Amino acid sequence: MVKKRVEDRGPGLGRREVLECMVWAGTGVLWTVSGGVPHSVGLIGDALAAEPTGFTFLQMSDSHIGFDKAANPDALGTLREAVAIVKAMPVKPSFIIHTGDITHLSKPAEFDDAEKVFGETGVQIHYVPGEHDIIDEDRGKAYLERYGKGAKGAGWYSFDDRGIHFIGLVNVVDLKGGGLGNLGAEQLAWLEADLKDRSNSTPIVVFAHIPLQVLYKEWGWGTEDGTQALALLKRFGSVTVLNGHIHQLAQKVEGNMTFHTALSTAFPQPAPGTAPSPGPMKVPADKLRSYLGLSSITMVQGNKPLAIVDNTLAG
Amino acid sequence: MRTLISPFRSAAARFAMSRAVIIAVLLGTIVGAMLAVASVAAQDAANVITIDNFTFTPPELTVAVGTTVKWVNHDDIPHSVVNKDKVFRSKAALDTDDSFSYTFASAGTFDYFCGLHPHMVGKIIVK
Repeated sequence: MVKKRVEDRGPGLGRREVLECMVWAGTGVLWTVSGGVPHSVGLIGDALAAEPTGFTFLQMSDSHIGFDKAANPDALGTLREAVAIVKAMPVKPSFIIHTGDITHLSKPAEFDDAEKVFGETGVQIHYVPGEHDIIDEDRGKAYLERYGKGAKGAGWYSFDDRGIHFIGLVNVVDLKGGGLGNLGAEQLAWLEADLKDRSNSTPIVVFAHIPLQVLYKEWGWGTEDGTQALALLKRFGSVTVLNGHIHQLAQKVEGNMTFHTALSTAFPQPAPGTAPSPGPMKVPADKLRSYLGLSSITMVQGNKPLAIVDNTLAG
Repeated sequence: MRTLISPFRSAAARFAMSRAVIIAVLLGTIVGAMLAVASVAAQDAANVITIDNFTFTPPELTVAVGTTVKWVNHDDIPHSVVNKDKVFRSKAALDTDDSFSYTFASAGTFDYFCGLHPHMVGKIIVK
């Protein structure tokens, strides 16, 4: 096993570069990545004070409501803590983007619990499904009934806010054996049409559950046809890609594209290759909250890129 | 007297005989059941695929036609079992300790994967 890992890493130059750009959960409790935008590393409130002209939205991810195993016996409780942070923000975000795995097993009660707690934020939430949200008997019907209004296909859609074009993609449906996340031809055709008449200067924010870029193939952390989506986005001056799924912070900047993955509010997962599997990582109970959290994103109008501040539940 | 005893005896003999038959049948059933249990247990042990750490073990299994293969999920995360050619498919999510069984009625090679984590793959060869 160990030998295999070493061999895996040998020729994986591309992946090593990716790994070097990642900040793993636990190495930094709170961090900020900003291109030219001054930020205090600290509370979300400080960041907002530093950039009052920006409009903010929040990314939350991987709530896994219904998960009750050793890594976190109370996923609903830690979501409540995250929501309490949102409620206490001095400037409310314009909306929340949830990058999937709302529930653990797609059960009606899990969706109900999630809806109730998220509702306390008083902020609109834009969802995309994770693979855990479409494992009801009808494979995704429960999710679409709740969150699919106005969406296409398995739940993809786009909307505009303050000149920014937001695109929610679904890459957890109809997965192929041996493969990774999957967007599929129908969704890619829709994306192409959706982008067709937009000018290159339109800032784009794309969000989906599984990372669109391949972060770690061995654990399925990537999207098979993600590069086709990214190719369609390449001409735009500012593209931000927000993902969940891996329950840890990872960030990469490539040209005009910024890739960011969020923490889970439920349980952490190990860094790639550091454990036998990507399953829930057990950490000491008093450390758990430093591995869970949410991201506040400030969009600055003009040519400046966006700034992302990640906040853990431990603050 | 004889005529009286004779039917009695023969009735006793018949009774004794039928009791022997009953015992034999009972014993046979019990032994048979024990054998059946033993063979089912042996079959299960050999034809169970466990899911631990996002991995199907054994990754490749060869069985005879008519064999029932059982998958058991030991992970804290749900998994599923989906045949590449859609011949068999478990429910969408096998939670922790849930299992799925399928009886292979015909020969062939059956590639399968986890519908949630498709990098998890396995193969059943039916001969």
